[in-house]
Amino acid sequence: MRTKWLPALTLVCLAGASAARAQPVERDALLTQGKQVYDYWCLPCHGPGLGLPGFNALPGTQQLQIKYRGTSISPLLEERTDLVPVFVKTIVRQGVSFMPQFRKTEISDAELEAMAAYLARTRPPAR
Amino acid sequence: MPAPPQGVSAAEFAAALRKFETAVGEQWVFKSDEDVALYRDAYSPERDEPTERLASAAVAPVTVEQVQQVVRAANEHKIPLYPISTGKNLGYGGSAPILSGSVVVDLKRMNRILAVDAGRCQAVVEPGVSYFDLYRYIQERDLEVWIDTPDPGWGSVVGNALDHGVGYTYGQYRDHFGSHCGMEVVLPSGDLMRTGMAALANDASWADYKYGYGPYVAGLFGQANFGIVTKMGFWLLPRPEAYRRGTVSVPKRRDIVALVEHVNYLENLGLIGMPGFRSPLGFAQAREPELRALVAKPGGPSDEELDRFAESKGLPSWSVELQFYGPEKTIAGSWDYVQQRIGASIPGARFEEGVAYRFPLTAAQQAEVQRVHRLVDIGVPNMSIFAIAGGRTAQNPDSADGGQFYFAPMIPRTGEAILEANRVLGQAYRDAGLPYNQYFSAPACWHYRAFIMITSLPVSRLDPEINRRSRAAFRAIAQVAAEHGWGEYRSPPFGVDLVASAYSFNDFALRRFCETLKDAVDPNGIIAAGRGGIWPKHLRGSRA
Repeated sequence: MRTKWLPALTLVCLAGASAARAQPVERDALLTQGKQVYDYWCLPCHGPGLGLPGFNALPGTQQLQIKYRGTSISPLLEERTDLVPVFVKTIVRQGVSFMPQFRKTEISDAELEAMAAYLARTRPPAR
Repeated sequence: MPAPPQGVSAAEFAAALRKFETAVGEQWVFKSDEDVALYRDAYSPERDEPTERLASAAVAPVTVEQVQQVVRAANEHKIPLYPISTGKNLGYGGSAPILSGSVVVDLKRMNRILAVDAGRCQAVVEPGVSYFDLYRYIQERDLEVWIDTPDPGWGSVVGNALDHGVGYTYGQYRDHFGSHCGMEVVLPSGDLMRTGMAALANDASWADYKYGYGPYVAGLFGQANFGIVTKMGFWLLPRPEAYRRGTVSVPKRRDIVALVEHVNYLENLGLIGMPGFRSPLGFAQAREPELRALVAKPGGPSDEELDRFAESKGLPSWSVELQFYGPEKTIAGSWDYVQQRIGASIPGARFEEGVAYRFPLTAAQQAEVQRVHRLVDIGVPNMSIFAIAGGRTAQNPDSADGGQFYFAPMIPRTGEAILEANRVLGQAYRDAGLPYNQYFSAPACWHYRAFIMITSLPVSRLDPEINRRSRAAFRAIAQVAAEHGWGEYRSPPFGVDLVASAYSFNDFALRRFCETLKDAVDPNGIIAAGRGGIWPKHLRGSRA
């Protein structure tokens, strides 16, 4: 899995360098928009909080708890420091497991760009 | 350029797409493979097989006038269209068409909440409005009304109603089509029609009275293909003063007959919201090897054997959770009445108090509801139901797969019917090689005058064999159900003809009537071919 994503990581590092040069005000606006998109579309499944009775988490969070069992990776996407935009965008447009893909009438390319930047905001800068 | 729909020349298709672009703007016509793939049914049980239902393109209007222009252009060029609202009808087709090659008319951008009148307890919305959207609108304005929401909150209020979707509160509200009042429809000709009081030139009473004057035609637009619905009115609940729950348990297997009669009486009088039947005995199977052995024995256990086991463990055979909404004193009185009525009728019946709240809830109370019950019971949309949509589990922690579709036959609302359906469907599932909780399955009560013996069948993104098995099981079990007079209330796209074929009275008079209407209203057969099992004339030969 790690090997599979290496080319994507390389691309993102380059893209990240470009984003890092963006004006701080523009970047703040991008991340604010990204959080709004995240809160509207992702939080209902990927947020903290309880799920159905008998489940200790919302469905997306619960799935990631199982996926990352035994690791230090947070099941909450907003706490992740390893997410890269291209990965986020791929998952949103392709879906995974019982999460469907999202259409452009739901999340536009610009909104997805902002949301991916938001989830990748705490990733350490590329070297 | 995408491949044109079957029977449409490339030139005609290209001309139609250009007209769609003129109508809605170039960026809202999706033609690239990458964009059109976003319209695949994420829960398709035909994924990656030749029969998977795929769009040829998609068009996303934002106004009624744009919908009319799209429909007129489609008529001119004989392009099959398939409207979706939010496209989240997962398990029943999602955002994909029934007929491959159709152009999806994606109404998600039509997302205006046109009116919420708390005093008259009503709303008028467009198809792109989700339950989340309507709920937030009401909360932000602190309006004293509730919505009745289905399990997934991201679904369309309009789309769910049009697929006869359901919720959880009082019967008149949780039947979402039944709780609609007045609609606006773009007809296949491109003409615009409104129903009920919305048909008046002055639509001041759009969502006050359903019938207007003359025939009630709104029913033709649910699970059908006579037009594209662009607005609907809905009746909302007044925010109740209080809510409480109580559970009734009965000891013996056949007590379900009397229990259902009592619950029907309560519901028919409007005293309770959606009841939740369960079998506590059935839930004990996982921890009780003796019970598993009893169930597995050749010929199955007798009622007496199950009763003896239940008694030995102090377990009820059946239970029902009751929900009460209304004035605090009134619903406390209703719960007292339930205990008196059922206590005097069923020996050994037990009663357990549930939560009791006054609205609005405190944060702690809302958390308690979420911990021990379901937020949908109190009209709060959420996404928790996806916890049981497949994916990773403790037993299968590395599964990257998930999704499901549903087999949902309607059976009579009696205890006898539950026992009979369990016996018959249990055998049918066994014959199909799939598990079924034969002795202990309880019905869903969403549509309040019938029971739904719903089961889910798995779909796979990765393993076509799982999909083939699920489809074969659906076909076999639906056939058995039809022989017993149980038809499904909803269908995944691959099953529409099979499900419709069960409604066969008098040589399919119902279908023949719908086809007569279809030919008259939509002579070019452009709207949602196949929906409701209704096909345009030129495609009827291909009916499964």
